[in-house]
Amino acid sequence: MFQSSRPITSEPLVIGRSAPRVDALTKVTGEERYAADYYPENYLWAGVKRAAYPHARITGIDISQAQGMSGVVSVLTSQDVLGSNRLGIFEKDQPILADGIVRHYGEAVALVTAETKEVLEQALAAIVVEYEPLAAVFDPEEAQNKNSVILHPGRADGNTLLSGEISCGRGAAALADCAFSAEVSIELNWQDHAFLETEAGVAWLEEDGTIAMIVSTQTPFRDRLELAEALKIPPTKFRVMAPYLGGAFGGKDGITVQGFLALAALHSAGRPVKMWYSREERFLAGTKRHPAVMQYTLGCDREGVLQALDCSILLDTGAYSAMGGEVLALAMEHAGGSYCIPHTLIKGAVVYTNNPVASAFRGFGIPQAAAGIEQAVDELAKLAGFDPLQFRLKNAVRRGSVTPAGVLLTQTVGLEECLAKVGEHRLWRERQAWQNSAPPFKRRGVGLAACYHAVGFGPVIPDYANAKLELSPDGRIRVYGGVVDMGQGNAATYMQIVGHILFQGCDNMELVLPDTSRTLPSASSSASRTTFTYGNALTGAANILKERILARALLMFSFQLLEQLSVEDLILLPGRILHQPSGREVPLKMIAGFMDDSERTATYSYTCPVNKQVLPTGKNLRHHGYPHRVFSYGVQLVRLQVDTLTGEVEVCDLLNCIDAGCVLNPQVFEQQIQGGAAQGIGYALFEDFALKEGQIMTNDFSTYILPTAMDMPNMETVVVALAEDDGPYGMKGAGEISIDGVLPAIANGVADSSGTRITKGTLTGEKILLALRQAGKEAVR
Amino acid sequence: MRVKFILNGKDTIVETQSDRRVVDLLREDLGLTGVKECCGAGECGACTILVNGTSRLSCLMLAAQLEGMEVTTIEGVAPEGGFAIVQQTFIDHGAVQCGFCTPGMVLAVLDLLQRNPQPTSEEIRAGLSGNLCRCTGYQKIVEAVLAAAALLKGRRE
Repeated sequence: MFQSSRPITSEPLVIGRSAPRVDALTKVTGEERYAADYYPENYLWAGVKRAAYPHARITGIDISQAQGMSGVVSVLTSQDVLGSNRLGIFEKDQPILADGIVRHYGEAVALVTAETKEVLEQALAAIVVEYEPLAAVFDPEEAQNKNSVILHPGRADGNTLLSGEISCGRGAAALADCAFSAEVSIELNWQDHAFLETEAGVAWLEEDGTIAMIVSTQTPFRDRLELAEALKIPPTKFRVMAPYLGGAFGGKDGITVQGFLALAALHSAGRPVKMWYSREERFLAGTKRHPAVMQYTLGCDREGVLQALDCSILLDTGAYSAMGGEVLALAMEHAGGSYCIPHTLIKGAVVYTNNPVASAFRGFGIPQAAAGIEQAVDELAKLAGFDPLQFRLKNAVRRGSVTPAGVLLTQTVGLEECLAKVGEHRLWRERQAWQNSAPPFKRRGVGLAACYHAVGFGPVIPDYANAKLELSPDGRIRVYGGVVDMGQGNAATYMQIVGHILFQGCDNMELVLPDTSRTLPSASSSASRTTFTYGNALTGAANILKERILARALLMFSFQLLEQLSVEDLILLPGRILHQPSGREVPLKMIAGFMDDSERTATYSYTCPVNKQVLPTGKNLRHHGYPHRVFSYGVQLVRLQVDTLTGEVEVCDLLNCIDAGCVLNPQVFEQQIQGGAAQGIGYALFEDFALKEGQIMTNDFSTYILPTAMDMPNMETVVVALAEDDGPYGMKGAGEISIDGVLPAIANGVADSSGTRITKGTLTGEKILLALRQAGKEAVR
Repeated sequence: MRVKFILNGKDTIVETQSDRRVVDLLREDLGLTGVKECCGAGECGACTILVNGTSRLSCLMLAAQLEGMEVTTIEGVAPEGGFAIVQQTFIDHGAVQCGFCTPGMVLAVLDLLQRNPQPTSEEIRAGLSGNLCRCTGYQKIVEAVLAAAALLKGRRE
């Protein structure tokens, strides 16, 4: 094969221009090492014995046979966990190793370390666990019943983890005055993150007793706190390093293998331990997107102005809380969509069941909320006789509007522009002709959805970052990445921000990936805040470092030129500083040599401003993140065709029109938009997650179907770049807005093509064919 | 057993169990961690290697099957300090996000372009349908392959 030499990267990085991702260079050659790629010398394999019941009391664990096997180093149970043995962020309810009760199929019961994978498998099989099966509940509605079996006795609200109500104006009562009202009931399926790198890591004990680990995590700093309490070890006795992740999307937000790794490292006779979930184990043990049961009634007046909304959202968090409460709060805040609706009642609950654990997944409750409101909006527009795009435009929020959740929008709002741009786009304008030219046995449909997505953590949990930047002794700029790069490219964007301010290219810069011993706490890679928050902190640090470099250079030039100079005469150039009037230059390396270690490093702490609104409603949700201040906006348009012989849906075109503020790196931005849309297509059409009494029936990629290259449409991204004052260089978060509206856009397109709305679960060919048959629209064979 | 094969251009002899999975042999015994494992069941393509120039799934192959074969992993694709054209276009066109599918994807593209030097978008999508990517939505990967095919055509002419 022909080859090329590595690209020259001395060109200074600039905000607003696509720059190739630095990480791509090492990923494309296979050199980049992910957590799964570490095999420390003399390491042991660690693995977990998992529960064979969805709800049972453990009456005995016999580890004697496993313990006696040659090649087995340790067999551990909850007895070996010295701390609280409880993981969790807001509610600490999940054991590392089950102590007494298992609450979902596949819950961890015992932990083994062994010389080889083969011995590990044999030892796990040799552990005998005796169970007394308990009654179990799998339906979130049943779980709310008074006589339901209770998963966590002692909680005030039975199986309800969190419930709340947001009411504005006259609430649901205003529906009675509406000229038109539409009702939809929607049931949404689970979704697995299906990142390609399953949960993985290695851990070892350092000489001073520190438990060090390299692990695939979105949250290295918070992991320490979670582990500290569960294991009764001071948080400073953990060092967590996060290399680039092989995908995460929320599924590595919190502890996955870290508890096992730490425990195993404490009982491995001083040897490093390695753990890496199989794909089946990932399905079994990993978190999912919350399934939802939703009822929506939406009303408008004769002119098509939205007046009232009555809706409810019920989420199933499975056996443990994880981030169930926060996902519910965000879903409820966005439940009424990005419209002005004066009278609303939004009810929500998230409940425990004996199902797998649900938690964060790109979108964080908003894909569910958008699926409800955007299908209701389409139904109402149709009923009241309005064009779905014009109907949305008429009711769209603007800056200064109040959302259906009572949130005053003080920051940029680009929804109208997004809708207008979609309206002008040929995919929308030419839709009728396109639909009319459907080939035989195909029905074509066009679907729309509008959505918005809050940026950051909300009013209570500080959305902070601590940036760190260094001029190394050899004159290079070292960027400390405080927030994990799970694949979205924020590490490269951090380099771009610093390169832009300090006028440097990649060849004179280097990156330090998150490491609790080297980088500073900057919260999680999540919530569309990864570049938004850290970028703000980094801008501050870069300006400080620039000032210091120029001040020191000024002294040098003054000495050389023997005159009083001004800092305005100095220009920072790649690798050097220029004194413009004299044309003299000094290399950065020389300046570094004249700086003390303490001066070469700049840090800057930044905390995002929050919405200070005191809302009279949904007060218990505030703690979980409601309300927000900054929102990104988007409109998704799909053109699809339904095969009337098979029911199969082909998405032909997908347009994503996005206001996520100014775009720092167009290529990385588009990656986020296309990738989110692709996951949305999988969510809508392919990923038909199936459970039977709490047991996952789709636990591999032959039953849990991910879209392939053949299943993806042509995707186009249109940008509405309103400058957001809160964001670095006017940006807003772009990681999630592209997934939110895809499912409802597709559902609306399917309804448009066939006149039938499928409201339950994944829109599989079987369901659509059945609906076509019932409507007499199936093709005759 | 003793297995003799050519690995990334070098004569290689390993002493291993005949039923050792090739992905384990390459990653764990030979340190070639550019070979990724993602599903272990032949569904995702992350562990793709080239065997005598043809793409194969190393999670479904056993060590004994390598006897006498010529094996290329991602580590053997680029020259020292350089990139294969396909790797370069993957970088330039933003086809790499988390990158865990990338090594397998690049090798699958090399195989595809050998069989079909000027593929259409549809042929690329079909040719890569055995390689899952969860990050990109594939569009930029297709663009990168089209660009590589065009560059390679230019070089041949």
